[in-house]
Amino acid sequence: MSEKITKIILFIASFIIVIISAGMVLSLMSGAAPAFKEFGFKFIISTEWNPTEGKEQYGALQFIAGTIITSIIAIIICLPLAFSTSLFIGEYFRGTKLAKIIGTMVDMLAGIPSIVYGLWGFYVLRPLIVDLGFNAQGFGIITAGIILAIMIIPYATSISTEIIKMVSNELKEAAYSLGATQKDVIMAVVIPEARSGIFTSYILAFGRAIGETMAVTMLIGNTNIIPKSIFDTGNTMASVIANQFGEADGLKLSSLIAIGLILFVITGLINGLGKIMIKQFN
Amino acid sequence: MERVIKDKIFKGFVILFAFITISPIIMIIYKLVIKGYRQININFFMQNAPDTYEAMIALNAGKIIPGGILNGITGTLFMVIIASTIAIPIGLLIGVFLYENKNKFYANIVRDITDILQGVPSIVLGLIAYFWVVKSITNGFSALAGSVALAIMMMPLIIRSTEETLKMIPETIKEAGFALGVPYHKIILRILIPTSFSGLLTGSLLAISRIIGETAPLMLTALGSSIVNLNIEKPTSAVPLLIWEFYNDPNMVDLVWSSSLFLMGFVLFLNILSKSLNGECRM
Repeated sequence: MSEKITKIILFIASFIIVIISAGMVLSLMSGAAPAFKEFGFKFIISTEWNPTEGKEQYGALQFIAGTIITSIIAIIICLPLAFSTSLFIGEYFRGTKLAKIIGTMVDMLAGIPSIVYGLWGFYVLRPLIVDLGFNAQGFGIITAGIILAIMIIPYATSISTEIIKMVSNELKEAAYSLGATQKDVIMAVVIPEARSGIFTSYILAFGRAIGETMAVTMLIGNTNIIPKSIFDTGNTMASVIANQFGEADGLKLSSLIAIGLILFVITGLINGLGKIMIKQFN
Repeated sequence: MERVIKDKIFKGFVILFAFITISPIIMIIYKLVIKGYRQININFFMQNAPDTYEAMIALNAGKIIPGGILNGITGTLFMVIIASTIAIPIGLLIGVFLYENKNKFYANIVRDITDILQGVPSIVLGLIAYFWVVKSITNGFSALAGSVALAIMMMPLIIRSTEETLKMIPETIKEAGFALGVPYHKIILRILIPTSFSGLLTGSLLAISRIIGETAPLMLTALGSSIVNLNIEKPTSAVPLLIWEFYNDPNMVDLVWSSSLFLMGFVLFLNILSKSLNGECRM
C-alpha cells in the first residue's frame, strides 16, 4: 500500500514539470496571439518596429538577425580558444595540477553573473574597441560577440574536454609508434575520434549564446535595425525584451512576448539537436 | 625536422590560447577588487541603497557614497529561499522518479523536457513568471513572481544532479533494504537520500549559485525596491537589480563595483563550498 502511495507521489511530481513546460508554451502562445493575429507571418520577416500610436507596426527580423549574428561571432571567437583549452586540459597537460587549475578557472567563468560580464564589457572592452577605431562609441555587434564568446567558453569546453579524454590510448599509442608527433596524433586520431562530441559542445554553447540577455543588452547599442557590418549596433531578441518590456503594453507587449516565443522555439530546437547528438555517441 | 617544429608551434598555440581563455577571469576579478573594495564596510551590509540625490552630494564633496545594499541582499536571500523551497523538494522527487524508472518511455520524456527546460533563456522564464504571477496572482510586480522565475530555473538543475547522484549509490545497499522488507518510501527517505546527501547538497548549492546572479528575469518580475521588503506580494530588490540601477544612474555608477564584487564573491563562495562538500564526503 505504502509503495503505491510513494509511486503515485513520485509520478505526480514528475507530472509537475510536464505541466510547467506545457503551460509555458501555452502562455507564450496566448500572449503572442494578438501580435501574430495582427501581423501574421509578416511579423517574422518584417524589420519595422514602430510603436507610434495608431501606426503601430512590429516585426522581429532585425532581432532574429542580431541574435544569430552575435551568436555566430561568439562561436567563431570561442572555437579556437575553447578547443585549445580542451586540448590543454584533456591531452597536453592531462591529469597535471596545471590542468586542474586551468579547468577550475574555466569553471569560474561560468559562475560570473551576466550583469558583471556586461559591466566589464562596458568599462574595459568597450574603451578598447573605441581605441582600436572600430566604432566611435564602442557599442555594437562585435563588442557583444566578444563578451558572449567569453561567456560560452565553459559550455564549449566542458563536454569536449571529457570526450577528448575518452579517446582510447591504444589508438594514440599506435600512432605514436608509427612516428607521429603529438600534433599528428591530435589531427589524425583525437579530432576524428572526438569530432561529434566536440561539435555537440559547440552546439550547446551556441544555444547558450542565443539566450544571453544582460551582457548583450549593455553592449550591443540597442538599435532596431539589421546590422550591416559587425561594427554596427543592433539588438537581439533577448535584449529587446529586456529593454522595452518596462514600458510595453497592448500590441507592443504582445509583440515582445511573440519574440520570447520565437526565442524559446529556437533555443529549444538547438538544445534538442544537441541532445540527439549526445544520445548518438553514448 | 620540419614536423617537429610544426609540432612545437602547434603546442605553443594551444598553450597560448588556453591562457588567453582564462585571462578574462583574472582581469574581471582584478577590476572588481581594485575598484570595489573601498566601498565594502559595515554600512555596506547594514544600510539600504542611497538615493541618487545623496549619492550626488557625496560625489560632489569627493567622499565615498554613503549607504549599502541591504535591501538587495535581503531581497536576494528572500527570493532564493522561496525559490529553493519550491524547487528543491519537487526537483528531488522528480530526480528520484527518473532514477527509479530509468528507461521507461514516460521517464525519458520527462528527462528530455527537463533538459529542454534547462536550456530556456532566463528572460523567457521572466516572461512566464510575469504571466503566471504578476498578472494573475499578485496583480503587480512581486517577490513571489521573482521567486517563481528562479524556481523554474533551478528545478532542472536539481533534477539532473539528484538523478546523477543517486546513480552512484551501489544497487546492493538498496537491495539490502528491500531484503529486510523495508517499505519503499523508507528506502527513499532512509537509504537513498541519506547516502547521497552530500551530493544532493552540492547540487542544490550549485543550482543556487547559478540563479543568484540572474538579473533579466527579475527585471520582469520583482522589479526592485528602495527599502527592505519581506512581503511576497510586493516588489523586491535584489543585488543584481541594484547593480543594474546603479549602472543606469550616473551619480551612483561607482557603486556597481562593490556590489558586483560582493555578488561575485558570494557566487564563488557557494561554488567552492559545494565542491569541498562533495570532495570530503564522497562515498
